[in-house]
Amino acid sequence: MKIQLELNGDPHYVDIEPGESLLSLVRRLGAWSVRSGCDVGDCGSCTVLLNGRPVRSCITFAAKAQGGSVTTVEALGTPQALHPLQEAFLEAGAVQCGYCTPGMVLVAYDLLTRVDDPSADHVLRAIAGNLCRCTGYRKIVEAVRLAARRKAEGRWR
Amino acid sequence: MAVGTSKRSVVGHNVTKVDGPSLVCGRPKFTMDIDLSGSLVGVILPSPHAHARIKSIDTSAAESLSGVVCVLHHGNVSRIAHTTAGQGWPEPSPYDTFLFDNKVRYVGDKVAAVAANSEQVAREALRRISVEYEVLPSLLSVDAALAAGSPAIHDETDAEGIYDAAGNVAAAVDIPVGDVAAALAQAEVTVEATCEIPYSQHVPIEPHCTVAYFDEDGRLVVRTSTQVPFHVRRIVARVLELPLHRVRVVKPRIGGGFGVKQEVLLEPVAGALALRTGKAVRMVFTREEEFVSSRTRHPMKVRVALGAGKDGVLRALEMEATSNTGAYGAHALTVLSNVGSKTLPLYNKPHDLRFHGRAVYTNLPVAGAYRGYGATQGYFPLEVAMDQLAERLQIDPVELRLRNHIREGETSPIFERIGEGREGVAQIVRSCKLEECLRLGAERFGWREKRSAPRQRGPLTYGVGMACAMQGSGITGIDMGAATIMLNEDGSFRLLIGATDLGTGSDTVLAQIAAEMLGVPVEKISVYSSDTDFTPFDVGAYASSTTYVSGTAVLRAAQEVRSQVLDVAAAMLRQSRDTLEIHDGRVHGSAGKSVSLEEVGHRAAYVVDQHHIAATASCVPEESPPPFAAFFAEVCVDRETGLVRLERMLGVADCGVALHPRLAEGQVEGAMAQGVGHALFEEMVFSERGRCVNTNLLDYRIPSSTDLRSLEAILVDSYEPSGPLGAKSIAEIGINGPLPAISNAIYHAVGVRLARAPFTPGRVLRALEGKG
Repeated sequence: MKIQLELNGDPHYVDIEPGESLLSLVRRLGAWSVRSGCDVGDCGSCTVLLNGRPVRSCITFAAKAQGGSVTTVEALGTPQALHPLQEAFLEAGAVQCGYCTPGMVLVAYDLLTRVDDPSADHVLRAIAGNLCRCTGYRKIVEAVRLAARRKAEGRWR
Repeated sequence: MAVGTSKRSVVGHNVTKVDGPSLVCGRPKFTMDIDLSGSLVGVILPSPHAHARIKSIDTSAAESLSGVVCVLHHGNVSRIAHTTAGQGWPEPSPYDTFLFDNKVRYVGDKVAAVAANSEQVAREALRRISVEYEVLPSLLSVDAALAAGSPAIHDETDAEGIYDAAGNVAAAVDIPVGDVAAALAQAEVTVEATCEIPYSQHVPIEPHCTVAYFDEDGRLVVRTSTQVPFHVRRIVARVLELPLHRVRVVKPRIGGGFGVKQEVLLEPVAGALALRTGKAVRMVFTREEEFVSSRTRHPMKVRVALGAGKDGVLRALEMEATSNTGAYGAHALTVLSNVGSKTLPLYNKPHDLRFHGRAVYTNLPVAGAYRGYGATQGYFPLEVAMDQLAERLQIDPVELRLRNHIREGETSPIFERIGEGREGVAQIVRSCKLEECLRLGAERFGWREKRSAPRQRGPLTYGVGMACAMQGSGITGIDMGAATIMLNEDGSFRLLIGATDLGTGSDTVLAQIAAEMLGVPVEKISVYSSDTDFTPFDVGAYASSTTYVSGTAVLRAAQEVRSQVLDVAAAMLRQSRDTLEIHDGRVHGSAGKSVSLEEVGHRAAYVVDQHHIAATASCVPEESPPPFAAFFAEVCVDRETGLVRLERMLGVADCGVALHPRLAEGQVEGAMAQGVGHALFEEMVFSERGRCVNTNLLDYRIPSSTDLRSLEAILVDSYEPSGPLGAKSIAEIGINGPLPAISNAIYHAVGVRLARAPFTPGRVLRALEGKG
């Protein structure tokens, strides 16, 4: 079966296997940032934005992306030109092993597109579905709030 | 203020993590982030039985399946005894493991492996392998394994290094110092605590994964998510009967380890499948396999008896540990030894001590290295017992620790008596700011106020508890780390290290040391690590060793490169090298003269007396300076439901000079988070047939963000004279605090001692009911 989707702004018309997950598809298409941690929707590390909202790509059928747009962290910034949210993650020390980071960044991105100045508690609840085993979450919360301040200062794109 | 840190330009600063920009952009940096089209998929057939002999195995139906390339099992591979524990040679763990054996010893043990051209076909092939088992009595507890007449789990005759195979004892330790029985009998006050930790798993978000393939010269390359690339190379070469130089191990970024990737699990299997098929083979544990077939913390029951005077000063200290090592003895002796060696020196007042214990085989999953490595199991009862002693003597728990803890310039006989499965090495503690940790922590936490006035609101009762801990910095006289530094002709440097960054930030910290010594910013240091073909030897990331051991190697290599740079610069400036200084990327002489490192590099490479400016240095530590920490926990206990909610967790740590404070804090916070998991949630549950039943992250719950609303680490100023630029370790210590601190806080709140982790609502309710 062939489907049509946009991945990080690029149009694709691709063959998918019956039952193929969106995780498998976007990795095949080169979005290496989307990584499997459990394959059953528990850990959140494979989070992508489907039509602007976070989904767990491991338990989302690739076919669901038909006609839609998928955004992964590759769309935000590059190592040479980081997005302010990614900058904030690094500054706050929110990245240790970095495996959960792309999913975490996307969930934070989604939060900050909806809420201008989230409280610490708001951030804690927003990221509760994304497991991080390295940081204890404190520095991730700091990063998201730092990014919110920068967004308020107009340093956002 | 720590000596010299104020004038450092790189260390002590929160520089950008060297791998940070690419990680936060999701660049392909992990083991599986490569094009694997054309590679075979390897999968393992797990044992359905906890204890059985394989009478026969028929793989013909699997092999006839289209797409199946190879099936391996005990009948068609060499039988070579080894350990999966990635430790220095000779490993202190018994050689009781085989690539495939004619016996299985736990549910999830390897029976066979299949390589096929898709995962679907490989899994179908597993279903078609027909195995006839002779089921043996399964020993699903330490008591069952030790009972008279129990069968031996390791009855094979070719295992080596088992303490008592017939009795199912993998390892045993008994270290008496003085006469602890007499000292306990004479003590004015004695208390005793016995605490138990169940099976728990590391849960790195990236499960174990490996790709084995051949390079253009036919050498086996193993790209793998490991903490110990050089040990992987040695063990894979041994198991596959290859010369060591025919194996290359590459560790890309890894998605968390915490000890579980100090085990060599998938690499020999993937290597064997690749060798047999001549093709690239990839293997990834599913999350279920990560629980069932990888490694766990050693479940343990530990008893502590304290004898003290009425002044609260300890006179006698006995600790007895019964460790469950599961079906194989990976890290059995060393984790057991560390239960005593990493805890008893903290309170060095008693002259009479004893540490003894056994590590017992059972037909349950295999335990291995897990952050804390025995210390976590030891501190739980030790710090609960200290809380009991404080209560008995009506001394504040913080004050009791202040009266007993080791100080700078002091020692403990334990340092010399217990090492890594052998005698240890005597050492004097040169840096210890535990008193500052205790005082600062108590002040920031509001300890005195919260302790004296517990809050209550309906069924919700609040309480506070605390605990202390120490750890080590590498393994004295055994660990070795090495580093190579080379000057490029543009004045930048390459830093090659065998050390293994598993997310800790060690690549960054080691680059900071090099940058500091060579007078350049971190951006001028290109770090390449953990590749057995291209980086110097390093034992890998374990035992809180990298900053201290590998960092010292980097410091030495940098000093040597610096000296070579000065030689060239002295000739260029026509000045004595003794007066030269390097900073800001230039070598500065007298009279305002200077040359840039680029000019030095260019001259050495192309112009005069051409030579490569480079050096390699090694470090084997002569001591293992402990980091110290104080922990404070506040809990809210619901008396009606038994639910314990963590209100606040504070850890205050002395890690010497924090070379990268934010990364160091992150280590403490992350370790404490895992400790909170131990205390409140995490336990592998087994069926009566020995099968782990909660093999996903809903049923086995690790802390999520909302479980850790207030968890914070603070570092105190300290300077370790033997460490690189004043540093010692920080990676493990934080995991030791939450179990006892939270148990003590629950006691403060509701008056019941929780001695069996995790402190689930059911256990808390039962304890409350027992209290009446």
